[in-house]
Amino acid sequence: MTTPTSPPATPETARLAHHFDDLEQQRSANVLGMWLFLVTEVMFFGGIVTAYIVYRARAPVAFAEASRHLDVVLGSVNTVVLLTSSFTMALAVDAAHRRRRQLLTGFLLLTIALGGAFLAIKFTEYYHKYESGLMPLLGLEFRQAAGSEPEQLFYGLYFAMTGLHALHMVIGMVALGLMARLAWRGRFDHGNDTPVELAGLYWHFVDIVWIFLFPMLYLIDRHS
Amino acid sequence: MSAAALPGRATYVAVFVALLALMAATIAVAYIDLGAWSATVAERYGELGRWNTVVAMSIAFVKAVLVVLYFMHVRYGRPLIWLVAVAGFLWLVLLIGGIATDYFSRDLLAPPPPVVVPE
Repeated sequence: MTTPTSPPATPETARLAHHFDDLEQQRSANVLGMWLFLVTEVMFFGGIVTAYIVYRARAPVAFAEASRHLDVVLGSVNTVVLLTSSFTMALAVDAAHRRRRQLLTGFLLLTIALGGAFLAIKFTEYYHKYESGLMPLLGLEFRQAAGSEPEQLFYGLYFAMTGLHALHMVIGMVALGLMARLAWRGRFDHGNDTPVELAGLYWHFVDIVWIFLFPMLYLIDRHS
Repeated sequence: MSAAALPGRATYVAVFVALLALMAATIAVAYIDLGAWSATVAERYGELGRWNTVVAMSIAFVKAVLVVLYFMHVRYGRPLIWLVAVAGFLWLVLLIGGIATDYFSRDLLAPPPPVVVPE
């Protein structure tokens, strides 16, 4: 690691911004900033989770009935895919710390691929819902089994929650794509791997959101 | 932070296996009726009043904590990061709890009985 007094930073070495004492302080501040952003994200998803709780309490039977139309197998496979992508992301950050360029690039690409697989399965599910008339979007006709309003509400929340989650995944995949490009060019070969770590924090957060969405949407009242 | 302070790959593998096991547990539990933790709540709010919801959300919480502590390195980071992560969770509890106290208590208080004036 370079010292603060080290001479002109080339793109390959870690650069110290003038308002930090040393690189460690700079890294800590960057990580703290990312965590503060993630807390705002927690509140962002918290709002829609609260809406879900309130409406589910109002229409428990319709929510359970609507939830049974979701495909548990596809949902479970997607959970495995996303947990695996979090695992490969952790390994990518580990590879970055060990300054293994090829390993880092490989794990980043693998994480992106798993994210892509998740979205592919998700959109397959969306298409099934579209075909079944369970998509209360864009003025599409909503065909419901029980013929009650709240079932439509469940699918409104389903598409809003999983849609926002998918949007976060796309943003994460773009970020990881940039990281993979930089990694391949050797940008993180000299211990200046904070960007990989921050992208990793974001990716893990997206994983956590799904950890909660999965039982909330797919596993309501499956036993009866 | 030096790389030596972070968890090794063996830890990541162990956490990953634990996450998969917990996921399997949450799916399995969804198909078993665990009974109501409150008959009154179960009657009014269905699954919300059954242990299934409590267990499912507890498992999800444990999974999230594992990711935060190990994959996101909070266990190995500075106390300030720990504080921010906990504060984020507490803020979420305030958001949900505050609104829930309103929605779930609206019908708890029956209107007062009419005052009977003695003749």
